[in-house]
Amino acid sequence: MCQQQYTEQQVQEILTSFKREEREIIPILQRIQEDLGYLSEEAMLAVAKFVFVPESKIYATATFYAQFRFKPVGRNHIAVCRGTACHVRGAERIQDALERQLGIKEGETSEDLEHTLEAVACIGCCALAPAITINNQEVHGQLTPKKVAELFPAAAAKEAN
Amino acid sequence: MAIKTILVSQGTCCKSAGAEKVLAALQKEISEVGLEAIVKTPGCHGFSEIDPVVVIEPEGILYAKVKVEDVPEIVHSLKEGSRWVERLYYRDPITNEGIPCVHDIPFFNKQQRTILKNCGALNPRDIHDYMEVGGYQAIRKALLEMTPAQVVAEVNRSGLRGLGGAGFPTGKKWEMCAAAPGEIKYVVCNADEGDPGSFQDRSVLEGDPHAVLEGLLLAGYAVGAQESYLYVRAEYPLAIKNLQIAIDQAKEKGFIGNDILGSGFKYDIKIFQGAGAFVCGEETALIQSLEGKRGMPYPRPPYPVIAGLHGKPTLIDNVKTLASIRWIINEGADWLVSRGTETSKGTAVFSITGKVANCGLVEVPMGITMREIVFEIGGGIPGGKKFKAVQTGGPSGGCLPEALLDTAIDFDTLRAAGSMMGSGGMVVMDEDTCMVDTARYFLDFSLKESCGQCAPCRLGTMQMHEILARITKGEGKLSDLDLLMELSEGVAKGSLCGLGKTAPNPVLTTLRYFRDEYETHINEGRCPSRSCKALISYTINSDKCKGCAKCVKACPVDAITGAKKEAHIIDGSKCTKCGVCLDECPDAFGAVECC
Repeated sequence: MCQQQYTEQQVQEILTSFKREEREIIPILQRIQEDLGYLSEEAMLAVAKFVFVPESKIYATATFYAQFRFKPVGRNHIAVCRGTACHVRGAERIQDALERQLGIKEGETSEDLEHTLEAVACIGCCALAPAITINNQEVHGQLTPKKVAELFPAAAAKEAN
Repeated sequence: MAIKTILVSQGTCCKSAGAEKVLAALQKEISEVGLEAIVKTPGCHGFSEIDPVVVIEPEGILYAKVKVEDVPEIVHSLKEGSRWVERLYYRDPITNEGIPCVHDIPFFNKQQRTILKNCGALNPRDIHDYMEVGGYQAIRKALLEMTPAQVVAEVNRSGLRGLGGAGFPTGKKWEMCAAAPGEIKYVVCNADEGDPGSFQDRSVLEGDPHAVLEGLLLAGYAVGAQESYLYVRAEYPLAIKNLQIAIDQAKEKGFIGNDILGSGFKYDIKIFQGAGAFVCGEETALIQSLEGKRGMPYPRPPYPVIAGLHGKPTLIDNVKTLASIRWIINEGADWLVSRGTETSKGTAVFSITGKVANCGLVEVPMGITMREIVFEIGGGIPGGKKFKAVQTGGPSGGCLPEALLDTAIDFDTLRAAGSMMGSGGMVVMDEDTCMVDTARYFLDFSLKESCGQCAPCRLGTMQMHEILARITKGEGKLSDLDLLMELSEGVAKGSLCGLGKTAPNPVLTTLRYFRDEYETHINEGRCPSRSCKALISYTINSDKCKGCAKCVKACPVDAITGAKKEAHIIDGSKCTKCGVCLDECPDAFGAVECC
């Protein structure tokens, strides 16, 4: 998940299981990201060559979709749900609390690659609103700013007191 | 004594609440105690509020919010066969009375479940479970007893309308695709459920994947397609997994393949994972995405049924629409005709969430009133708060006020009220929800999801969002309201696809039904719901404060000072209005005030 760099060869290995067709672009990018963590410049070029379209076309497609990342993601990928149910139950407060506790803004990754904080449209656990997921697996629901502080105490400003 | 079947639902929402751990503990305990029982793992039962749920059949006893610690008691009570674990019964939120049987719980017994019938009852990963309840009988009947034209005619006669939101007559669409010239045709299941706050498609895909596959098969046979795609959001990993298992099992049984049931009908079903773009729920954008391009909608005609994926005739239907088809073929069109309202047949599936006691997924006949859904099935508003609005249809829909609670809901009444059915999200809002902020929230969503090709959508939603944000900060002018109306008209008229055309709906409906809230923000610089951050402040009532220092300790920005046993004070210049102090202050004191 948190791989910082990967090799051309790893990308080539992934490409062997796909057809050289434009309709394969999205599945290819998904697989590279799933296996290697993010889409590097080298990977984008390799996909362009493989499908035989300009690199700009690969970027055009990849940048359109929210799923794709072009930088390595932190070891803990925290997605804060901003769906409607979470919104009316105070998702904004949860996001503020996460930003405060982690010391990063939404969309950022901490310098030590420990945390990535991302707002997502809806994770579909509306009964648990407001909710977050960690690494797309662990779900924490019915959160309050206090519970957030308990989950992520490390960077808390007041920890020293 | 009959052998018990123990059902532990394993949908995404159930798992989030800890159903996997309960299941593991249950299996362990059963083998240790030596209880003779069958454990089943169906998909979501819909009542997310009380997850994780354990149901004991044949009695239908339901245990709510089961924890791992509860498992030994459950298993022992079954082993001894003496008593039920009464403390785990579901409790009515109003009377607090324990209700043992699943069929007596108002959340379930007011529903009419057909599309959701198997969800929460069958193991979605076992094709035999589905076949035992009549699964794949419809495709058998169609292939062996009916011509494709007869299948189309039956769907047409049933009056089924597309359950993805727009409500286009399904049979009409099938008819056009079947009549379209061309050897190669495609069928696509639109499972790109992107509306924030709705999860009904996910539940069907997770809990009853074979019903969707059977719908795809019937559609393919009816229109003459050989290949079909399930376009599923990548954000639904469990749905994708269950669908893949279902496809593999259906292939093994010969329901998907080169000569299905010896009829000569050849058909394949593939999964395509959507990469996260709300606009791809729009059919032309979805096609672009399937072709590996940016998901930008393009003008119609030609409609996808004439020229869609790779330029070939393509039939695109929603998950719930496809899951309904087998009923029409099995039971006949009249079965559907007799249900629902004059213009909207059958049932509708809503995910009911927000400020409501019973969050979850419900299937109700068309024509039911919003009051029945919110107050009878949904159990009303928790915490003694006052109802304010129901938001339907996600970012394309609107907020409907109390005065409309008794309106019978169908495609047309919702549209007349300025909202829409959409994919079936229903978010309940109480007195603490600000309607201006709600409109701002949806515009924020639409502007981020706008693909950007139509200037009125790209720029208009941004302008509208700016104005709404200004009003929520108390910096609005009365003339802004006229400007919002004007922009709404421009965005709706000047946009190509449904996203832009309906993006102003949240603004238009809140202006129509809650104009006074806008005016209070503008004229008095006050948010009546005390929700807009810029317009509220937190203070500590020194008469009530006992100096317990809980808030001092909890404040994340050290904005509260005061020694123990002395009244505390909030420094407004440091306060970020996070509300933690209000949460922390013991109810008995109630010293922190928000105004």
